[in-house]
Amino acid sequence: MGDHAVDALLRVGDSCLVLAQRLTAWCGHAPALEEDIALANVALDILGQARGLLTRAGEIEGAGRDEDALAYLRDAPDYRNLLLVEQPNGDYGTTMLRQLLFDAWAVELWPALVFSTDPVVAGIAGKAAKEAAYHVRHSASWVVRLGDGTEESHQRMLAALDMLWPYAGEAFLDDEVDVAAAESGLMPLPSSLLPAYRHRVESVLAEATLPVPPDPWWQRGGRQGSHGEHLTYLLAEMQVVHRAHPDATW
Amino acid sequence: MVTVQDAWDLLADVPDPELPTVSVVDLGIARDVHYDGDRLVVTITPTYSGCPAMREIEHDVKARLAERFADVEVRTVLSPPWTTDWITDAGRAKLAGSGIAPPGARMLPLLVQGRPEMCPHCGSTAVEELAGFGSTACKALWRCTTCREPFDYVKAH
Ligand SMILES: [Zn+2]
Repeated sequence: MGDHAVDALLRVGDSCLVLAQRLTAWCGHAPALEEDIALANVALDILGQARGLLTRAGEIEGAGRDEDALAYLRDAPDYRNLLLVEQPNGDYGTTMLRQLLFDAWAVELWPALVFSTDPVVAGIAGKAAKEAAYHVRHSASWVVRLGDGTEESHQRMLAALDMLWPYAGEAFLDDEVDVAAAESGLMPLPSSLLPAYRHRVESVLAEATLPVPPDPWWQRGGRQGSHGEHLTYLLAEMQVVHRAHPDATW
Repeated sequence: MVTVQDAWDLLADVPDPELPTVSVVDLGIARDVHYDGDRLVVTITPTYSGCPAMREIEHDVKARLAERFADVEVRTVLSPPWTTDWITDAGRAKLAGSGIAPPGARMLPLLVQGRPEMCPHCGSTAVEELAGFGSTACKALWRCTTCREPFDYVKAH
């Protein structure tokens, strides 16, 4: 294993990390106490998954970087997360739709990673698979509730879908890193997860009385390090304390 | 020499930081204890990936065992993944006794949270989910429609 393995693990790990950071911004601000608690729980699970993958990526890289070095000391162009997860929280419907588009990917990815040739990744996946299944139950139920809700909530979900749908396809576009990771048995080929993903997302949208938009030109580049400006601001907030006090402990 | 069984006895007194009525043994978090030479090695496993209590559990386990063991190492392993099936019968009884419904059987697909068998307050089986997430990663919030009391439920996982 080599560079492709590090990159492939960061693509998943960074996606989890950035989404966890986004979700924590709801802490204390969610529309109901139960949802505040739910998002904090989901964020904690996803952050735990990220920690495992970043730690493993650092071990394979062999350059002495641990999870903190990878999380706090890389700039945006070195992040490999999906563009989807760096999109702003918006209203609660936007956050829940973004979550569904992520969870529906995660719930296919983790069970496949249980069979990774890397035993550490397989161990992380064994836990994460159960968590992802619980998360998607939550996000799907909110997309249905808001899509098939009031005229106002329906319109908001249509707007969220319009904004987020172009980011839904990036996770399934294979490149040479993915092919190498798949050939080594580290990870499944991203495109292999698409049929199940499509089926799940389309079923939820149908139940939510939301139309399945036609396939756009999928926004891409996050997994190769090309990000929008949103990520820079997110990282600045996430990293500022660590960078200001590099060796602080408490 | 202090034995592995002595270590288990001490661990049975280490409460879970978030569910202090049960121990790390009751919950199935402490998985294995053995000697590696003169060193006692304890294996623990997290309940959820993001369980914020793992560090504290590791610290508490070490501190408790240090009372009788000179050289203790605590290892954290992820695999096989923790499941609520590992909560002991004694642990289930303690949870119920403190008003927390123990996990029901896991259903197929494995990924469903199951449901409480009964209200831990009055024993009624007429219960419904209020929220899928609760005050800790392992719990959901349910309520009894007979006595009207809400209660925590340890999700089947
Ligand atoms: Zn009752």
